[in-house]
Amino acid sequence: MENRLIASSSPHIRSEETTQKIMLDVIIALLPALVASIFYFGFYSLVLVVISVAAAVATEIATQKIMKKEVTINDLSAVVTGILVAFNVPPNAPWWIPILGSAFAIAIAKQIFGGIGFNFINPALAGRAFLMSSWPTHMTSGFIDPVTDAISSATPLAIMKGAEGELPSLLNMFLGRIPGVIGETSSILLIVGGIYLIYRGVIKWIIPVVYIGTVAILALFIDGGGSILYHVFGGGLILGAFFMATDYVTCPITDKGKIIYAAGAGIFTMLIRTLGGYPEGVSYSILLMNIVTPLIDKYVTPKLFGGAKNEK
Amino acid sequence: MDKEFTFKGGIHAPHFKEQTEKMPIEDAIEPKYVVIPLSQHIGAPCEPLVAVGEHVKVGQKIGESKAFVSAPVHSSISGTVKRIELHQTPGGSKVKSIVIESDGLFEVHESVNPKGNIEDLSKDEILGIIKDAGLTGMGGAGFPTHVKLSPPKDKQIDTFIVNGAECEPYLTADHRIMVEKSDLVLLGIRAVMKAVGVKKCFIAIEKNKPDAIEEMQKKVEGIEGIEVAPLEAKYPQGDEKRIINAVTGREVPSGGLPMDVGCIVDNVGTVATIGNVILTGMPVIQRVTTVTGSAISNPKNLYIRLGTLFSDVIEQCGGFSEEPGKILNGGPMMGIAQFTTEVPVIKGTSGILVLNRKDANVPEPSNCIRCGKCVDACPVHLQPYLISRQAILKRFDDAEKTYAADCIECGSCSFICPAKRPLVETIRIAKKEILAKRKKAVK
Repeated sequence: MENRLIASSSPHIRSEETTQKIMLDVIIALLPALVASIFYFGFYSLVLVVISVAAAVATEIATQKIMKKEVTINDLSAVVTGILVAFNVPPNAPWWIPILGSAFAIAIAKQIFGGIGFNFINPALAGRAFLMSSWPTHMTSGFIDPVTDAISSATPLAIMKGAEGELPSLLNMFLGRIPGVIGETSSILLIVGGIYLIYRGVIKWIIPVVYIGTVAILALFIDGGGSILYHVFGGGLILGAFFMATDYVTCPITDKGKIIYAAGAGIFTMLIRTLGGYPEGVSYSILLMNIVTPLIDKYVTPKLFGGAKNEK
Repeated sequence: MDKEFTFKGGIHAPHFKEQTEKMPIEDAIEPKYVVIPLSQHIGAPCEPLVAVGEHVKVGQKIGESKAFVSAPVHSSISGTVKRIELHQTPGGSKVKSIVIESDGLFEVHESVNPKGNIEDLSKDEILGIIKDAGLTGMGGAGFPTHVKLSPPKDKQIDTFIVNGAECEPYLTADHRIMVEKSDLVLLGIRAVMKAVGVKKCFIAIEKNKPDAIEEMQKKVEGIEGIEVAPLEAKYPQGDEKRIINAVTGREVPSGGLPMDVGCIVDNVGTVATIGNVILTGMPVIQRVTTVTGSAISNPKNLYIRLGTLFSDVIEQCGGFSEEPGKILNGGPMMGIAQFTTEVPVIKGTSGILVLNRKDANVPEPSNCIRCGKCVDACPVHLQPYLISRQAILKRFDDAEKTYAADCIECGSCSFICPAKRPLVETIRIAKKEILAKRKKAVK
């Protein structure tokens, strides 16, 4: 019997937390917004999300098999990526759009760099950027206006940038009854999901609050505050701030680093929205800050307990 | 009890103390033979003072070293020295030990006499008594107590902290000492305060031990300079530097000692033993140990004679209730896994924890997802995920720059990691390499 005692090094107990549980929480937090988009944009939104998830998971299995690595779909991170890619396409997009987006996200942005934990940019956003540059028409049309049920190409941010159309009411914008990509429109339900993640300790409040706050403050400077609510609730900011910018792998580790990162994302978002060519800037600004993250982590480190007496 | 002291970082691990926290301390069985290692402390090992075949009595000094940083050992039974040999110890290595066979009489040695009133003892006399009695940190570290209590002249000590945090899950030995032996604790405090010349003492206790807090508060009521400091129940609250920070707000500098910020910290079990030494004159031959875990039939808090084998202690607790997976000396966060039960209880054995196979299971690690939970949990404010990676890549110079040597090996990072990565396990390797390199550089 004695030979069978395990003699590993301490600690001998572990917390209940697992990567899978964290990802499951993120999925749960995304569900309310998904329900809203099915309600406003129709059943086809759900179809797009499901095939996007299937494509993401299938790509993960395929790439890991090809690279002769252990298949890790049980950690559910591919499911999260699949949902987020679908959340970034218009509700009337062709069915193959999220498939290609998810395949790119998993194969190119994630697995080639070593799989979960090693991607240098958020895979879902990389997938979106790939779709944006490859099929810009499919990605910027096919929006649905839930108020009139008409196909529209003008999101509130596009209208603010000069596209034809009437700005929606604030209430509709808050509820999600506005044209937009599948997962971004219902600010209230995204915030509910985000608060769930904060409550569960999956994410901290820092990135969403600082990111959204920076955008709001800059909007205040631009036109005295008239556009604040449109900038905050009219585009992908809430989705991006709670669910994409907070991606562990591509955001800084320390609280101070997170503040710099989120403020940077806010500044870039407003630069793109007001001075850039696109009406929306959330995804590119997060991608930009993803790339800055290693630099932030290098210079913003926690203060050692008892100072840095040993520093050489 | 509203006031609560704490530090930044740490983890909220499950306490697992229900099994034994209400169980009064019981006397352990009288062992038929004991194994007394000649080194149960940090510092120079002892030389045996007895020879094979010699008769010894309870409390008789049987090993001593001339070095200042050392602590003598005493016989915990009366009987005959059978062997002096290398014996496996719970610290993980083989140590020269004295094996004594009991005559069943427990005859007390002549040198064991009450030491009288503290008022009548001088500072140096108290320190001498403590040194002679073989006192070491009984929380597990095993640093000789008299060394701690003899700071160099240039270090002004103003605060004595009695460490009753007992932040390790499962363990309740210190808890029971405070509830049942508060008189000895108080006597020990008085002895230390006089020996060091401090006017201020905090008895720091985690708030998950309300009866201990209440008892100690009752005991020190009206005594000037001694107060109870309730601590948030959080691991590693009982780490020396963390407890100083929680109670006084001071930060012991990196690489420094508590005395650098005017503090001395002693485990409450050590303090109670000091009290017992003054009161009865009996040196350290017994200690309170929690025997518990998912594979122990009858968990207990036992007052065990040092040198008793784990196997005897486990037998007294009804043996294993199911197949054991791990047997630990100490708690689950920092305890050392044993590969045999034929090891003796030593001065630092705060617990004997027996986990079943399920609890002992070592999880499979997966990729780091950079969640940052280890960084938030680290009580030293290190970046465990980073140092661990440097260690795995054998980039020890980089690890030194990220302060791997400051790691206290509390295990909070590994505990919290959702990817189940062996963080402290790998950081330990880096730390070892760095310390070895520094040692080499000094030579």
